[in-house]
Amino acid sequence: MVYLTRKCEFSASHYYHNPEFSTEENQRIFGKCANLNGHGHNYTLEVTVKGDVDPKTGFVVDLKELKEILNREVLDALDHRHLNKEVPEFLRQIPTTENLAIAIWNRLQGKLHVAKLHRVRVYELPDLFVDFYGEA
Amino acid sequence: MKAHLTRRYLFSASHRLHCDGLSESENQATYGKCNNPHGHGHNYALEVTVSGQVNPQTGMVCNLVDLDGAVHREVLERFDHVNLNARREFAATVPTTENLSEVIFNILKQRFTAAHLEEVRLEETMMNSFEYAGGAELRV
Repeated sequence: MVYLTRKCEFSASHYYHNPEFSTEENQRIFGKCANLNGHGHNYTLEVTVKGDVDPKTGFVVDLKELKEILNREVLDALDHRHLNKEVPEFLRQIPTTENLAIAIWNRLQGKLHVAKLHRVRVYELPDLFVDFYGEA
Repeated sequence: MKAHLTRRYLFSASHRLHCDGLSESENQATYGKCNNPHGHGHNYALEVTVSGQVNPQTGMVCNLVDLDGAVHREVLERFDHVNLNARREFAATVPTTENLSEVIFNILKQRFTAAHLEEVRLEETMMNSFEYAGGAELRV
């Protein structure tokens, strides 16, 4: 079993707001992130897949194919978008880095034919990232 | 859904690697430059990984403000800009980064309970890093 990680970047805006909370609660829990005008990040996404090395190609996965899947399923939907307003998962869910990692996992799951999805890592900042392994 | 969240912090400290149970020449042979009597310092980078269910109301494993608060109060205020050898945590052990990782993990395990502490990762320089997960195997 070999693990392969592909990295890419996207930029998006978001804000944190739960309509079930009062204005004060939103402010207290989410702080600066509760500003309804939103703010943005340069996100870095690392997708790790695992599988046996194909003895003929020497590949775990065809990187070109993985890149195309990432572009189609993730980057086209998220890059230079407002997550709260333009990405269906976040019309009713807060686009925290945790939820973003889960959403990206769900977008990729089932799309890889050869290798198995192992981990989605999303950096919101160089000093803050979330890992999701598909665990319930 | 269970997610892992990692936050990175920086602190600077000095230390000297020296074991009282070893002779001068044994200390020199074991620790080399790190045994210099006057000590030396590092810029440490600490990564703290916590895990838990993502709260459906907040979308968070834990509030980052709480994690930052605990790490600043319990770790950074204790170890930033100090001589590690002079700290009581190292009264009986050598302040190697291995031991520092264990000490930090054990402090946070006690003092931060808003999410499950998975591991701490400590970079002593850009060339070496240490991870401690309370004795558990690391997740790949």
